[in-house]
Amino acid sequence: MSQIVKIKGMNKYFGKLHVLKDIDLTVEQGEVVVIIGASGSGKSTLIRCVNGLEEYERGALEVDGFGLAPKGGNQKSLAEIRKEVGMVFQQFNLFPHLTVRKNIMLAPMKVKNTSEVVAKATAERLLERVGIGNQADKFPTQLSGGQQQRVAIARALAMEPKLMLFDEPTSALDPEMIGEVLDVMRELAKEGMTMMVVTHEMGFAREVADRVIYIHEGQIVEEGKPDDVFDNPQNERTQAFLSRVLAH
Amino acid sequence: MDSQFQFDWQAAINSIPYLAKGIPYTLMISFGGLVIGFVLGIIFGLLSINKKWYLRWPATAYIEIFRGTPILVQVLFIFYGLPDLIGGPIDPITAGIAAIALNSGAYISEVVRGGVQSIDKGQSEAGLSLGLSRTQTFWSIIWPQAFRRMIPPLGNQGIVSIKDTSLFSVIGVGELVRQGQVYIANTFTAFEVYFVVAIMYLAITLSLSLILRLLERRGVASA
Ligand SMILES: Nc1ncnc2c1ncn2[C@@H]1O[C@H](COP(=O)(O)OP(=O)(O)O)[C@@H](O)[C@H]1O
Ligand SMILES: [Mg+2]
Repeated sequence: MSQIVKIKGMNKYFGKLHVLKDIDLTVEQGEVVVIIGASGSGKSTLIRCVNGLEEYERGALEVDGFGLAPKGGNQKSLAEIRKEVGMVFQQFNLFPHLTVRKNIMLAPMKVKNTSEVVAKATAERLLERVGIGNQADKFPTQLSGGQQQRVAIARALAMEPKLMLFDEPTSALDPEMIGEVLDVMRELAKEGMTMMVVTHEMGFAREVADRVIYIHEGQIVEEGKPDDVFDNPQNERTQAFLSRVLAH
Repeated sequence: MDSQFQFDWQAAINSIPYLAKGIPYTLMISFGGLVIGFVLGIIFGLLSINKKWYLRWPATAYIEIFRGTPILVQVLFIFYGLPDLIGGPIDPITAGIAAIALNSGAYISEVVRGGVQSIDKGQSEAGLSLGLSRTQTFWSIIWPQAFRRMIPPLGNQGIVSIKDTSLFSVIGVGELVRQGQVYIANTFTAFEVYFVVAIMYLAITLSLSLILRLLERRGVASA
């Protein structure tokens, strides 16, 4: 199996704040890696470094063979990396001035010069796949949160990414809508998509993850199969964190 | 004092054809100036939020200079001052258009800056994460949303600039106020004539407001 993401000794600062500390992490093709940790521990920053939304100061990063140097270094492959990496945000970030269909068509047409006919067919197929085939002509604000997040997933999939990043995709949703989004993600995992998922949904993590990573203050302090991490955490930080979140 | 003043409707009506000759000038200077001002506003508004200081500073200087000095001084400077520099006269209409363009351009820069900065950072992150370049992200995602928010303040600036053209009577542009002054010099009906002039301005600015309101409503309907 090939490694899609290779992170070596990554360090990242926000001013004086040392946010990521010597992160070593590889993600295999087809693997689902779930990243857990307390708020402010650096989970978002870590996955945002993978598609260059954040720059890092030291270390090395390679995504599908394309190297992305630290800040000030060679960023030439950034465009290639972003074409291959999809991202789903906590706040959906759909484009409010475009219909749902156009939201999905935009990137393939602009970035890959896909024809309008093909982009439209793709958009409709993807909307069908995430279970909202009948909403294509609506504007994002006319949809529920769960529907919006499913559109956001479809929008990312339209670029046929090799890797999908999810940053707390269900944290902004009403409880009754979390399931429908997790269902789509579960399907995606089953179909073999490589995924890096930041989430507080421990049930989902246990069921879908191939590997769970626990981050504490910018460091990976525990890593393993979900059952091992959840049932038998080795690090006391992990134990404390899990007993807090699993208590709910 | 016992004023015997009576509004002379006939005088007011009689003045209309002569005054109306000023309308095309008022419109032409406003429209021409605002179109150029809009282009300047986009250019300098975007430069003023550029990361590179050597682009940002000149833009900020332009904005501050033209917002911080009276448009009357600006047009006098262009009409009477610039010819010394360029070695030839500038016609009053060109000077008027230039003054509106430069002046409204400075204010529109601020409108553009505010509009662009009001768009959530998540929008550009979504665009970039989909593989769009910075330029593509800006023009297909940020700008359309920012522009919609800019319509009300742009309308405001349009109205201000239309009224500002009245100052150009001082350099002899035959716009509305100038026409009024000339007419009054012959008829001594200041009250009636300025009343008609005011109504004409109002008709122009209200039309603009109406058009913008329709534009805005269409924008809202599709957002
Ligand atoms: N753009 C930023 N500027 C400064 N500090 C930031 C920025 N983004 C995040 N941080 C800080 O970096 C740390 C890690 O943030 P983040 O990666 O968002 O954590 P998490 O996703 O685990 O909650 C936090 O202390 C946060 O306040
Ligand atoms: Mg986060």
